[in-house]
Amino acid sequence: MVSKSGRTLLNLASLNRVISKRAFSNSKTLAAKQMTVRDALNSALDEEMTRDEKVFILGEEVAQYDGAYKVTRGLWKKYGDKRVIDTPITEMGFAGIATGAAMAGLRPVCEFMTFNFAMQAIDQIINSAAKTFYMSAGRVNVPIVFRGPNGAAAGVAAQHSQCYGAWYAHCPGLKVVSPYNSEDAKGLLKSAIRDPDPVVCLENEILYGVQYPMSDEALSSDFLLPIGKAKIERPGKHITLVAHSKAVETCLDAAKELAGKGIEAEVINLRSLRPIDIDTITKSVVKTNHLVSVEQGWPTCGIGAEILARLMESEVFYHLDQPAVRITGADVPMPYTQSLEVAALPRPADVVDAVKRLLKVK
Amino acid sequence: MLPACVRSICKKSIPANKALGLIARNGSGHTVGETQFETQPFKLHKLDEGPSTHVTLTRDEALNMYTQMHTIRRMETSAGNLYKEKIVRGFCHLYSGQEAVAVGIKHALRPHDAVITAYRAHGWTHIMGVPPFEVLSELTGRRTGCARGKGGSMHMYCKNFYGGNGIVGAQVPLGVGIALAAQYKGTDGVCVTLYGDGAANQGQVFEVYNMAKLWDVPCIFVCENNGYGMGTSSVRSSASTDYYTRGDYVPGIWVDGMDVLAVRQAARLAVNYCASGKGPIVIEVQTYRYSGHSMSDPGTSYRTREEVQEVRQTRDPITSFKEKIISHNLVTADEIKEIDAKIRTEVDEATKKAKAEKEIGIDELPADIYANNLEGDIRGVSIFQPLKHKRIGPAVNV
Ligand SMILES: Cc1ncc(C[n+]2csc(CCOP(=O)(O)OP(=O)(O)O)c2C)c(N)n1
Ligand SMILES: [Mg+2]
Repeated sequence: MVSKSGRTLLNLASLNRVISKRAFSNSKTLAAKQMTVRDALNSALDEEMTRDEKVFILGEEVAQYDGAYKVTRGLWKKYGDKRVIDTPITEMGFAGIATGAAMAGLRPVCEFMTFNFAMQAIDQIINSAAKTFYMSAGRVNVPIVFRGPNGAAAGVAAQHSQCYGAWYAHCPGLKVVSPYNSEDAKGLLKSAIRDPDPVVCLENEILYGVQYPMSDEALSSDFLLPIGKAKIERPGKHITLVAHSKAVETCLDAAKELAGKGIEAEVINLRSLRPIDIDTITKSVVKTNHLVSVEQGWPTCGIGAEILARLMESEVFYHLDQPAVRITGADVPMPYTQSLEVAALPRPADVVDAVKRLLKVK
Repeated sequence: MLPACVRSICKKSIPANKALGLIARNGSGHTVGETQFETQPFKLHKLDEGPSTHVTLTRDEALNMYTQMHTIRRMETSAGNLYKEKIVRGFCHLYSGQEAVAVGIKHALRPHDAVITAYRAHGWTHIMGVPPFEVLSELTGRRTGCARGKGGSMHMYCKNFYGGNGIVGAQVPLGVGIALAAQYKGTDGVCVTLYGDGAANQGQVFEVYNMAKLWDVPCIFVCENNGYGMGTSSVRSSASTDYYTRGDYVPGIWVDGMDVLAVRQAARLAVNYCASGKGPIVIEVQTYRYSGHSMSDPGTSYRTREEVQEVRQTRDPITSFKEKIISHNLVTADEIKEIDAKIRTEVDEATKKAKAEKEIGIDELPADIYANNLEGDIRGVSIFQPLKHKRIGPAVNV
């Protein structure tokens, strides 16, 4: 229930801060329509509900309250009780109900107020949703989306500030997307809703209120982004920075700083964690010969650990001039203490430092 | 139109709390050592006998209860202000309106009884022994906080108080476990396990009702029914809002949670019941939260301002208690004024100090991850930034 800059639930005014400085400097994107990640998600839900009668939403506070973070704003008014359902605080129960409804042919979007609370329901997500298609030898589809805010929030301490990317990416049978900006959010959520398999959509609460440009294409109700494909956010030739969600921003900030030192970093926005787009990473490393992975989640068995292991297992290993390294959240539960919280998450300076070490520049 | 829960509170709003015994000789500064009150009747579930509605209250108890409730109220007002100043970050769930629950229950507990609650924990933390300065310092995230500023608003602990838990409902099994430990050790201690009307629907609550009853675990389940779980009223979340009956085979008591004396009566019965080996019991306390769910929720989209005002004016647990003890000459209005002033100074001082204090150093980022760290260095954000694990503690539970 927290949002940007540490203010909590529903503090919308403070959420709508415009991101401006970074990344979008050419005149074409400046002219594009700006949209918050929240509104992009909202339009994805709205469009898919209009398109397909079978799509419905359930979760805590999604209907009458318009969503704890207002992602479902207006949908209850538009689609009514049948299709936008407020549940009691019973994650295990409603995640199971949603999964059962998917088995019987509906297309539920199951919102978790945050993914911290999905831990109450993780058995249904993995044992029921992820494995049923396989166990039934392809007879029972589970076309469901589990979505909600994931990752570090601000000032909410250990139980409310954690990235579950690696947890879900670990499980065969699940697809996992982790959008960074508004186009990602809309395109990936729409694809997730249309996908025949269970998809976990890990949104970032801190980014909900941030505006990003939306191309005309992205504004269309046909806009889909393929699950499993990464995007090169910024091309470069000296080093590859690969990240997902908010860590993409950290990389873009670092890349900008590095550019001032003559280092051209290529920034890859993973978009999907499962499947992970190892081809795009490989091509980039063949070009740059260096890799740093960046994520907010913990290091052990994390997304970066997976990427590095895959590089080790393949030919691309021989293209690396230096060991690849991971930048991650510190290996500690999240403290409330403000100065410690800042130090527990990767900052652009940490990325810059690692890059300089790898490239042996001062 | 008020929800049923609130209407039922309001109906009983002018109870006939007549002094039965020692009427004061006069109203001009003389006080009596003790007096008697009559509480509203309790509702019972699978209990032959409920708490007595006759209450004896001593002057010392009255002073103490009033001081505690008023301290919580002042502290929460201060916490709310600190949040508005952006010094308290993240969540800030205030207990204002619910003070009589913590204070009434605490007055029925023995030193070896334990308590566990959810994230609405500031009041309970104080009542269980943490001075306002350490609560407020935890809120400001400073080193003088009862969790050194690492836990914040939702995670505070002290001896026999197990937090301060952020996952709705998850504290309920923990409470049964704490009670099981008392049973195992043979201390006759009980554990008061608190949860909200929203949390009352979590499946794990029902799992542990069953085990607690099967094994006669001395757990007092306390459902703090404040009418809402975030923006959802209890009638929209719960197929039955008679939370005191929802343990089915676990007996239950309903009590007016705005009356500190009634709460104490119910808790006393529950402590005796559990400590004598009869197994678990449920208490539903009907109460009200004045603020939004957390500070960022204005709390007005799912209820009316009038509803909040009406409870404040007719059922406030502190105002009603104050009037009661003054009109029965347990304390004088002047004494109350003095107490109020003292509390104000104390909390204001504590607030000032809690703002001025420092945060713990960065060396504590990797502190107390383990009681026995087997990992050597702890990894920071990269391989280039190793951190040294530390033990600080000390543990209060062993
Ligand atoms: C498992 C879980 N689900 C959801 C939440 C988000 N959340 C925090 S408090 C709350 C409402 C709880 O209401 P209630 O139990 O009535 O307690 P109250 O806030 O009224 O004290 C919700 C939904 C959470 N913290 N944990
Ligand atoms: Mg409640």
